[in-house]
Amino acid sequence: MGDIFVVVEHRKGEVRDITYEMLFKAGQLCREYSHNLTAVILAGHDESFLDDIAPKADRGIVYEDESLKHFNGDLYRDILKGLIEEHRPFLTLAGHTSWGMDLGPALSAKTGYPLATDCVDILVENDRPVVIRQIFSGKVFSRVSFKESEGYLVSVRPGSFLPEDIEARKGEVIKNELPADLPVPRKNFVEFVDTAAGDVDISQADLLVSIGRGIGDEDNIEELKNLANTMGGTLSCSRPIVDKNWLPKYHQVGTSGKSVKPKVYLAFGISGAFQHVAGITAAGTVIAVNKDKKAPIFRVADYGVVDDLFNVVNALKEKLNA
Amino acid sequence: MNIVVCVKRVPLTQEVDLEIDGTGKDVKKDALAYVVNDWDNYAIEEAVLLQEKFGGTATAITIGTEDDEEVLRRALAVGADRAIRIDPGDLELDGFVISKLLAGVIKDLEYDLVLTGVQADDDNCGMVGIMLAEHLGLSHAAVVTGVEPEGDEATIKVELEGGMDEVSKIPFPALLSIQTGINEPRYVSIMGIRKAGKKELKVLEVADLNLTEDDLTPRTVVEEVFLPPETEGAEIIEGDASTVAEEIIRILTEKGVMV
Repeated sequence: MGDIFVVVEHRKGEVRDITYEMLFKAGQLCREYSHNLTAVILAGHDESFLDDIAPKADRGIVYEDESLKHFNGDLYRDILKGLIEEHRPFLTLAGHTSWGMDLGPALSAKTGYPLATDCVDILVENDRPVVIRQIFSGKVFSRVSFKESEGYLVSVRPGSFLPEDIEARKGEVIKNELPADLPVPRKNFVEFVDTAAGDVDISQADLLVSIGRGIGDEDNIEELKNLANTMGGTLSCSRPIVDKNWLPKYHQVGTSGKSVKPKVYLAFGISGAFQHVAGITAAGTVIAVNKDKKAPIFRVADYGVVDDLFNVVNALKEKLNA
Repeated sequence: MNIVVCVKRVPLTQEVDLEIDGTGKDVKKDALAYVVNDWDNYAIEEAVLLQEKFGGTATAITIGTEDDEEVLRRALAVGADRAIRIDPGDLELDGFVISKLLAGVIKDLEYDLVLTGVQADDDNCGMVGIMLAEHLGLSHAAVVTGVEPEGDEATIKVELEGGMDEVSKIPFPALLSIQTGINEPRYVSIMGIRKAGKKELKVLEVADLNLTEDDLTPRTVVEEVFLPPETEGAEIIEGDASTVAEEIIRILTEKGVMV
């Protein structure tokens, strides 16, 4: 059978977790359906992670150039398009990350290969991939098939495949020259800016009292802050609170904020979008209070309370002040 | 600066029990309330902010039925200058076909910038914007949290994972998929609604767009949708608020986190 390509994602000289997750899943599919696993690495010169990645694939196809040190959508798209048209892989995986969301659709438009995004599982039925996705913010799952094509593109949701041991493979390394006709990229990198630093370090707290959209109004934040103080905990939040400018970004838990590891995570009015849940995988005990009994947060919480959060907050205050 | 902004009307599904419909390929939608997609709401605000600062026009586009014009009227009410609805008839839509329909309209407009939301709250695909950019031959970036135009380029911020932004420069014309939190979307005013009624809202048919059969053929097919298995999940703490509070305090004390 053909190849499975995995597009290696890295930042500041380090391989991102999504890469190992994709290599793990691709390895499983390769074993089951006798495909070959190819890791595609676009990077600056002398990146140390090549030695780490190559043995996790049958071969690593490497392009090294200073212009590839940081992700560049234009260069990635054009190089990968050429590579895909040369090798015609059955399946190409990229992360459903900020960069992958720029790359995947561009590659699909350029190669004509169909794309399914943000997939949480990949199966093969009748020689075609079939993917599982989540829709309506994780409340419903969908099973999606592709129009027949020579090859298929899938972007993988971070955290969907937790790699145990990634088996060793041949690890042949092929260094390719940059295509001669590569156009000059239009978008150009300037710098990285850290957005998560601030007065409070939520990643160090043992008890996080965390608030989400269910809090309803900015005026209610003070009340939850007081509760957190009374309990000796730290206030954190989900994305909608930061989007509304109700709390600074350094309070935000989740993929675009911080990953946290409190002993107890007490979530009020947080529905549990995957981007949020990804930030609490290392939490000890998760207690969620939400009036929507179908909120996805209850699928990951240890304890759940289905009630208006303010009923619970008021009762907690009464008990604690008594 | 002329800006095109693509918007979608989506069902509101928070705090709603969703049920699968008879086809097994979608959820029952008759009883759901509809709103403008959250990401698109930020994209509209960004378009209006840029248009207010740099002049030019802001055009809002949607694909859908007459009911979906609600999101166009809303965009007009908060400051867009004109609106276009593409009526897809009974066409099967996926991200690819949607991007082709939008490209079919936008290619004939004058623009410096096309904005979309990062993704839609219903199908959570996040692919239309960048595909559209490729069809139109535009430079592009996804998950954008800042746009500062200067001359014929813009300095933009892309939100990365792990509390980090990537700053880069991108030339016009460009397409940016806009992330929530980039601005503070304004509310619709009575005055805005009055003005919106006088603005142009054009309706186009698929036949007007000069697209090929391949352009109109979906590349992905939803085979079935299903509710997540209920087997696993939280142990629900039952009882009135007072009982619940006692149990939470017991857990916090047991875990040794409460002083």
